[in-house]
Amino acid sequence: MRGKKIVQRAVLTVICLFVWLPFLMMAASSLMSEGELLERFGPILSNRTGSIKPALIPDYPTLRPYVELLLDSPGFFVMFWNSFLQTGAVLLGQVVIATAAAWAFGIYTFPGKRQLFFLYIILMVLPFQVMQAANYLVLDKLHLIDTHLAVILPGIFSAFPVFIMTQCFSSIPKSLLEAARLDGAGELRIFVLVGIPMGFPGIMAAGILGFLETYNAVEPAMAYLKTRTLWPLSLYLPNITADKVSVAWAASAVAMMPPVLLFLAGQTYLEQGIALSGVKE
Amino acid sequence: MRRNNNRKRNNRNRKEAGGAYAFLLPSLLGTALFVVLPYAELIRRSFCSSIGREFVGLRNYIQVLNNTTFRLAVFNTCRFLIVCIPLLLLLSLFTAVMISGLKEKGNTYKTTLLLPMAVPVASIVLLWRVIFHSQGLLNQVTAILGAEPVDWINGSTAFGVLVFTYIWKNLGYDMILWLAGLSSISDQQYEAARVDGAGAFSCFWYITMPGLKKTMVLTAALSLFNSFKVFREAYLLAGDYPNESIYMLQHLFNNWFLSLDIQKMSAASVLLLLAIAVPVLIYNRMQGRNID
Repeated sequence: MRGKKIVQRAVLTVICLFVWLPFLMMAASSLMSEGELLERFGPILSNRTGSIKPALIPDYPTLRPYVELLLDSPGFFVMFWNSFLQTGAVLLGQVVIATAAAWAFGIYTFPGKRQLFFLYIILMVLPFQVMQAANYLVLDKLHLIDTHLAVILPGIFSAFPVFIMTQCFSSIPKSLLEAARLDGAGELRIFVLVGIPMGFPGIMAAGILGFLETYNAVEPAMAYLKTRTLWPLSLYLPNITADKVSVAWAASAVAMMPPVLLFLAGQTYLEQGIALSGVKE
Repeated sequence: MRRNNNRKRNNRNRKEAGGAYAFLLPSLLGTALFVVLPYAELIRRSFCSSIGREFVGLRNYIQVLNNTTFRLAVFNTCRFLIVCIPLLLLLSLFTAVMISGLKEKGNTYKTTLLLPMAVPVASIVLLWRVIFHSQGLLNQVTAILGAEPVDWINGSTAFGVLVFTYIWKNLGYDMILWLAGLSSISDQQYEAARVDGAGAFSCFWYITMPGLKKTMVLTAALSLFNSFKVFREAYLLAGDYPNESIYMLQHLFNNWFLSLDIQKMSAASVLLLLAIAVPVLIYNRMQGRNID
């Protein structure tokens, strides 16, 4: 029994190395000076010949790349701000609109419910590219192309948070709602006083998954934003490698911080949310 | 008396339905404005010519289906799905069974394997270049075995790189789904089987596997849903026109979009919608029958 556990741990550790080693390499490389970076990653960063020499510990650790990134790269700040503006606005809209919709799907019975929910599931599964042209038509009509709203508005009406939260709301016992109704509470009151507190884990899970999704999204910005100063970090970051060798690793590391910190803070909700998405209606 | 009761219930149902529509309205309006109406317009356009706006029947569809690039993209997309989804399901089930066997202190592993889903693609790009570059890390490893250096991302090996990336990102997500499924199987069943002398393998085969059937269907569906997002990695690593082996439908749509080829795009969108909606509809019907 003991030996089996050790084998299990060893196998899992080997699998986890695929995650740990790249992150260690990123962390180490982000603390290297420009000289060391060119020496180690010359073939990739500036077309030198020879092989790269990656390391898990820098020879001369320095915080210079971070200082340079945060103090001397105004472009980076603009993109960072764009990412937060777009993600924040999408999340805010989703919290209000998708929560209400999920409440309707989760709690009530009404004509057309099955068909409408089916529509939402289809919309959820469709890849972005299928909707791309249709979205473009309407955004163009509303003169929203090349504005932040072109990314924000379609994002708000994503079907995924509705799906996740519906799963959560539908597990609230109906007797509780009946009791509240008998006490004379109106539907809106029940939603605010019973639904939101009891569905809180689902709302959090949808929020975290929504943040990861939106912060990471590349496609809408690519399709609807021509002006580079409107781009989010996710689209701009790969270009930074070519522009500025010295801060490339630091930029990758900093861009990773917000979602990773949020992930670590909300991991329980996230796990619950993922598990919920697997429960059938 | 009975009629009175019925009327009361009808009244309440109507009131309830009213409440439901009120909660649903903002979402429905937005979905109609940004998705359903423009999509209807797109369907109309898929039957029209680009200039005259006259009705051309199925011409756009025939053009799309005869397009060699479209066929290549469909082939590549299907190949990717057929390879990576079973592989991901197996690997994530394997890690889930491993972790659930540990019971206590499996959390570090869980966190580690979930972490990649939080990492933005953009941050991965530089790492992947270092690993898969022709002068990169992977080639240094294979050189020890005496292999020639390969440009992994821009050669025909790009397909393998993409499958690896997809699994790397989604292993944790699927693992959590499996773990939820595993925890719903009661321990008593295992104990009873063990008393009857069943070994670890027969426990897995006769209790775990049947108990996970429902989880498997949903995990597969969510893996499919997540698989379409692998375009980000493919695009940021290899650009508009990557190696032929990973030229997917998403690339094709994107390139049609850039050249404003609305006719082809709308016809292909409708075809893709049908390809996704019909299986979901059939599945939904089957589920519905089971419940009824």
